[in-house]
Amino acid sequence: MNFSEVFKLSSQLCKFSPDGKYLASCVQYRLVVRDASSLQILQLYTCVDQIQHVEWSADSLFLLCAMYKRGLVQVWSLEQPEWHCRIDEGSAGLVASCWSPDGRHVLNTTEFHLRMTVWSLCTKSVSYIKYPKACQQGVSFSRDGRYLALAERRDCKDYVSIFVCSDWQLLRHFDTGTQDLAGIEWAPNGCVLAVWDTCLEYKVLLYSLDGRLLAAYCAYEWSLGVKAAAWSPSSQFLAVGSYDGKVRVLNHVTWKVLAELGHPAAVSDSRVVVYKEAEKSPRGSLGRPACPPHRAAESRYEVAEVPVSLQTLKPAADRANPKIGIGALAFSADSCFLATRNDNVPNAVWVWDVRKLRLFVVLEQLGPVRAFQWDPQQPRLAVCTGGSKVYLWSPAGCVSVQVPGEGDFQVLSLCWHSNGDSLALLGKDHFCLCFLETEDGGGSALGPPGSLT
Amino acid sequence: MGDWMTITDPGLSSESKNLSQYTSETKMSPSSLYSQQVLCSSIPLSKNVHSFFSAFCTEENIEQSISYLDQELTTFGFPSLYEESKGKETKRELNIVAVLNCMNELLILQRKNLLAQENVETQNLKLGSDMDHLQNCYAKLKEQLETSRREMIGLQERDRQLQCKNRNLHQLLKNEKDEVQKLQNIIASRATQYNHDMKRKEREYNKLKERLHQLVMNKKDKKIAMEVLNYVGRADGKRGSWRTGKSEARNEDEMYKILLNDYEYRQKQILMENAELKKVLQQMKKEMISLLSPQKQKPRERADDSTGTVISDVEEDPGELSRESMWDLSCETVREQLTNSIRKQWRILKSHVEKLDNQVSKVHLEGFNDEDVISRQDHEEETEKLELEIQQCKEMIKTQQQLLQQQLATTCDDDTTSLLRDCYLLEEKERLKEEWSLFKEQKKNFEKERRSFTEAAIRLGLERKAFEEERASWLKQQFLNMTTFDHQNSENVRLFSAFSGSSDQDNLTAHSRPRQKPHGVSNGAPVCSSKFTKSLPASPSTSDFCHTRPCVSEHSSSINVLNVTPEEAKPNRAGRECASQKWSVASRPGSQDGCCSGCSLTYTNSHVEKDDLP
Repeated sequence: MNFSEVFKLSSQLCKFSPDGKYLASCVQYRLVVRDASSLQILQLYTCVDQIQHVEWSADSLFLLCAMYKRGLVQVWSLEQPEWHCRIDEGSAGLVASCWSPDGRHVLNTTEFHLRMTVWSLCTKSVSYIKYPKACQQGVSFSRDGRYLALAERRDCKDYVSIFVCSDWQLLRHFDTGTQDLAGIEWAPNGCVLAVWDTCLEYKVLLYSLDGRLLAAYCAYEWSLGVKAAAWSPSSQFLAVGSYDGKVRVLNHVTWKVLAELGHPAAVSDSRVVVYKEAEKSPRGSLGRPACPPHRAAESRYEVAEVPVSLQTLKPAADRANPKIGIGALAFSADSCFLATRNDNVPNAVWVWDVRKLRLFVVLEQLGPVRAFQWDPQQPRLAVCTGGSKVYLWSPAGCVSVQVPGEGDFQVLSLCWHSNGDSLALLGKDHFCLCFLETEDGGGSALGPPGSLT
Repeated sequence: MGDWMTITDPGLSSESKNLSQYTSETKMSPSSLYSQQVLCSSIPLSKNVHSFFSAFCTEENIEQSISYLDQELTTFGFPSLYEESKGKETKRELNIVAVLNCMNELLILQRKNLLAQENVETQNLKLGSDMDHLQNCYAKLKEQLETSRREMIGLQERDRQLQCKNRNLHQLLKNEKDEVQKLQNIIASRATQYNHDMKRKEREYNKLKERLHQLVMNKKDKKIAMEVLNYVGRADGKRGSWRTGKSEARNEDEMYKILLNDYEYRQKQILMENAELKKVLQQMKKEMISLLSPQKQKPRERADDSTGTVISDVEEDPGELSRESMWDLSCETVREQLTNSIRKQWRILKSHVEKLDNQVSKVHLEGFNDEDVISRQDHEEETEKLELEIQQCKEMIKTQQQLLQQQLATTCDDDTTSLLRDCYLLEEKERLKEEWSLFKEQKKNFEKERRSFTEAAIRLGLERKAFEEERASWLKQQFLNMTTFDHQNSENVRLFSAFSGSSDQDNLTAHSRPRQKPHGVSNGAPVCSSKFTKSLPASPSTSDFCHTRPCVSEHSSSINVLNVTPEEAKPNRAGRECASQKWSVASRPGSQDGCCSGCSLTYTNSHVEKDDLP
């Protein structure tokens, strides 16, 4: 495992291009495009203000930089550095900007969600979509880029509009039986749209592409409901994490629950392996490490004896957005594993075996888990906790890796390269790349449990 | 005493004598007797009892005393103290013997009474102690009763308290439930209120938004614009198309195409899965059949044949369809067939496994019954050990026997050996005797048989003689006829003469026939039947019989040659039947001439016998 040198970064804006060739990162108002393998700077663009959002077009030819404060979007071309495009939303303001899947349209959402503007880079045409709903996840493009599903709110009712992305024609428009729609997401095959209600009510609705309601699911009433949902890459399963600390896996044939995966703080199943991160204190027990997070001592994983009770957080019940329930969940690329995080057990990542629908591994970290992401190529999970380490898990085992470099480098977020060979570790002001050799000798990216690199 | 006072009413007192007599006779308890005495003696001695006891008899009142005593004693049933009066005039004499007897008896009575009194006293004591014990018991029980009563009261109190508590808890629960209901109602009302508020706010918000929209959008905002250096081409290289109805329809089409593709894909997957599952099912079925069929042949032939036939039926049914077509045919019938057959076999397998389980458990149970927790291995080990021990013991016994024999051979004197030999001889003699008796019996049987045989032989001889005579006469006649009419038959004649002339053959047949006859004729006779059932290997009859057979056949052949009758040409009769026909045919000429009916009978009978034998 090799680490690149540390580069400057602002707002954790660092993206690999979809084709995997480039890496774009933002430093204040500058956009830097590097070669993803050599990290040589290929292009450098200067925007008018501090960049708040950056996004690659699907064909990796254009880059979009949004400056919400200014209500401005600047688009850069990689092929023609002199080409530029500047979209000003004016007094309407800007809260979100994204590419359409064809990479020739920019979708801007104005302040107060007054409307959505579709700017075309090919023609002068501009389209407006009224009444977009201000919600967690109100826009979803199908994986093949053909359709856009958009949550709308009109007359105190939720609607979903499905647009054809090629000509922005409205294909279907239907109201959903939700109190207050919170999110929509296409299944990877683009045929089923999952819609879930606000956290006040547990409700998951599944719509076909043609607007038919396929199924409605409600696990319980009178309690906080869905917190997160994720499709498996095979479109076979929809995992719904909720505030009761459970993940419910729905199947794609009957849309009934296949399994209820509870996240109790006590793990008692003897088949489950619990990896516990343990600090390796070279000075022994006497000298406690002076300031634990900085220049932290190396850590390693230990396999804990099975009846394990994990550290739990007592949530503040009188605050909004309590830290309970399943806040993050993701399927591995082969749909074989599901990683989840229960927000009131912040230090743990649960990894479930989807084939057996039971708990497989629990990783208990020393700090609260900030982010985790699956390798897009193989069942390999990268986890970061805001410390100077990155953790990798695969069915073969689990490692904790210290990020080298002077100063403290706190890994707040991470993202995988599309081929799974490298991993960008994003800190507050810096980022670095972590290269995982897979074949040649040093491939100890994942040694046996407990080993450390 | 009171009782007595009441009893002595005038009627009774008049007969007090009788009564006292009666009481004395019935040997009442001494106390009552005493009271009786007192009662009786109270009349004359009521004045001075003390003097009576102190000086009953004085010099002057001897006579009176005696008479009084006599009187008293007689009332108690003793014999009189006086001698039998011979005459009225003579004064009665005191009978010393009687007095002494009386005294003795009285003494005995006294002793008896004393004994009885003692008994009664001890009994009284015992009863007293019993009484005490019972009283103790009573007291104890009373105490116990008291305590239990107290306990009961305590328990009742507790029960009451608990009930009270329960009631309270119920009340609390009810309250809580009410509370919950109330809270739920509140929640619901709040929710509705919240929703209502939300809606209101949202409407307001919408209004504001609308307003804002108008303000922001309607005003020609110069700022809202896109500056592009030059427009770029579309990613797919095509030009943008106009939005028309056509494009709409095209979009629809595309959407449905996508949906259809998805469904097709899923259907394909499901089909594949189905095929896979079917394959597995088929394989399972095959394996089941192979698993079940061998055992069906072996242990199930008795009762479970039905299941076996089921298996074979099932096996054949799908076999009619070819395998490939079965896969593709997912229609109801095939599926049903398949599942049914699998289910049936599964049931069979299950029952079989259950049976095995039962057996195993039974064995286990037996094992547990026999030796509490001794495992099978231990058991086997134990048996092995025991067997080894037995072997050793046997060897020991053998060696001991040998040693003993050696000792006997060396140390025993002649007497003992002779004695031993005698012993053996005696044994042997006994056995021989038994055998002898057996032999004798057999011999007797043989004798009996022989007698019957000889009788039969004699009879046969007689018959034969008659037959011979008749034949001779018949031959004579024939001869005469032939010589007169036909010369062709001369050969026959010659044959006949040869036949009759061959004495040894004739003898043989003659010899065989009488032997044979009793078998046939007296088949039901006890002697013969017993002989046959016994079928002693060396019995003469069977050997004779075996001997006769070729003769008979010879005979028949000769007769065949002799009688060329039209009936012999019947070809469709074969084997034994044919032979019997021949026999009957052979007998016919004789019967035609009214002779040798007996002979024919013999033949047929012998034939029957021959049939029976194998």
